[in-house]
Amino acid sequence: MTFKEKAKIMDADAIQRALIRISHEILEKDKNTGNLAIIGIRYRGEFLARRIVENIKKISKKSVPLGILDITLYRDDLTEIAEQPILKETIIDFDITGKKVVLADDVLFTGRTIRCAMDQLIDFGRPSVIQLAVLIDRGHRELPIRADYVGKNVPTSLNEIVEVKLREADKIDEVVICEKTGRKK
Amino acid sequence: MTKLLYVKKREEKSETFSKGGSVPAKKAVAWGKKDLLGLEYLTKEEIGLILESAKSFKEVLARPLRKVPALRAKTVVNLFYEPSTRTRTSFELAAKRLSADVINIAKESSSIQKGETLIDTGRNLEALKIDIIVVRHNASGAAMMLARAVDISVINAGDGWHEHPTQALLDIFTLKEKLGKINGLNVSIIGDIAHSRVARSNIWGLTKLGANVTVCAPRKLIPAGIEKMGVRVTSKLDEALKDADAINVLRMQFERDKKGNFPSRIEYFKTFGITEERLKKAGKNIVVMHPGPINRGVEMSAEVADGANSVILEQVTNGIAVRMAILYLVAHWKRVDAEGK
Repeated sequence: MTFKEKAKIMDADAIQRALIRISHEILEKDKNTGNLAIIGIRYRGEFLARRIVENIKKISKKSVPLGILDITLYRDDLTEIAEQPILKETIIDFDITGKKVVLADDVLFTGRTIRCAMDQLIDFGRPSVIQLAVLIDRGHRELPIRADYVGKNVPTSLNEIVEVKLREADKIDEVVICEKTGRKK
Repeated sequence: MTKLLYVKKREEKSETFSKGGSVPAKKAVAWGKKDLLGLEYLTKEEIGLILESAKSFKEVLARPLRKVPALRAKTVVNLFYEPSTRTRTSFELAAKRLSADVINIAKESSSIQKGETLIDTGRNLEALKIDIIVVRHNASGAAMMLARAVDISVINAGDGWHEHPTQALLDIFTLKEKLGKINGLNVSIIGDIAHSRVARSNIWGLTKLGANVTVCAPRKLIPAGIEKMGVRVTSKLDEALKDADAINVLRMQFERDKKGNFPSRIEYFKTFGITEERLKKAGKNIVVMHPGPINRGVEMSAEVADGANSVILEQVTNGIAVRMAILYLVAHWKRVDAEGK
């Protein structure tokens, strides 16, 4: 199976604006409780979470604790996936009990990643609220999960792939849709 | 070719559990082995993958809830033909922290006493739908023989004088954590090299990762041909301590001495025992390791065992993380064929 780049749906400016808007929305809903925490889901959610924390600092002059979650050990398909993911550390060096936790990830698709992330978070403590911020919501949910903050809603078909590239990992900020173009041996 | 494979894997991933098709940043080193039998049979990259994963599991052990569901509904059997507290408890804890079910079988209380062979025991465990057997045996090569007889995973927890891979991996993990790297380190292994599976596994692992290894023991306890493993051999302790970044001090296994090759305890301590004085004389801040159990006043003085340079108890803690990593990797191993698919 090969992939062909079909359309660029976000460039660096669009990503930046979306993240600034999401940061404002998070603050608006939070109403200065002082209990906010942002936790990014590895791999690319980490960078989005970092950017949101920076934005919030710029906007409100407040530092919000940042955490990074590796969900690998909580996946429901560990025995089925073709390739074992490389395990990385989860870094949450604050008590999440009573906190208003906003999970950050790049693409919301089936919702299973978020299910894993919530299971894991609850093993760390009892947050008062868990919310979800994603850069792209591409639909096709397999679980009753929705995002509270969305950068862009992108209706997709199942033979498409949404590829989020971030400068921290991919040297460029952009979101592209790729399409499967047929089988190659 | 590489690119094509990469895309293919990405696609498979997206079909089962996609985060929307985002590509992982680093290409994964796949774990393609059913068993862990010894460090002789691992590549540098595979050892690296175990150490890297162990770091993440050490983080799991520091969480408020020290348990993850990664091995839920898997069953691990500890099949021990030799006595052990540390290794067996460590494996049991590691499996339980991963949410696996654990069964302990000791030689004394099992059908082994009625004459059942290792292979028959293994096949019965397989028929009982066990997923992983952790085996310790007094015969060298026992783990490999068992691994060939069954389709389920086998982890070697020590076979005769051959290998004790999980001990060496936790030694190496501790060293790397303390000194930041393995490549270029001078590590001396001191003590009963002849009867030591820990020494053999450490030599394989350390040399593969680029350390300079010295073995030091009374002449009768240095096995013939050991220098072929790429180590420096000496019978002078001061030579082994000079320039060493770390020493791994082995237990004198008096119970294995059938031929009178061992010196007396007092004699050994005088010539080879690690003391504060000797460490000071060597100059450097040498990291002191010991796989346990320690004979205080034989291999090392109590002051050294409890001293500032000793990482002996950290080794024990790290052992759980390293064994969690191994159980996790082996439980989810994927058959890799010649083309790497």
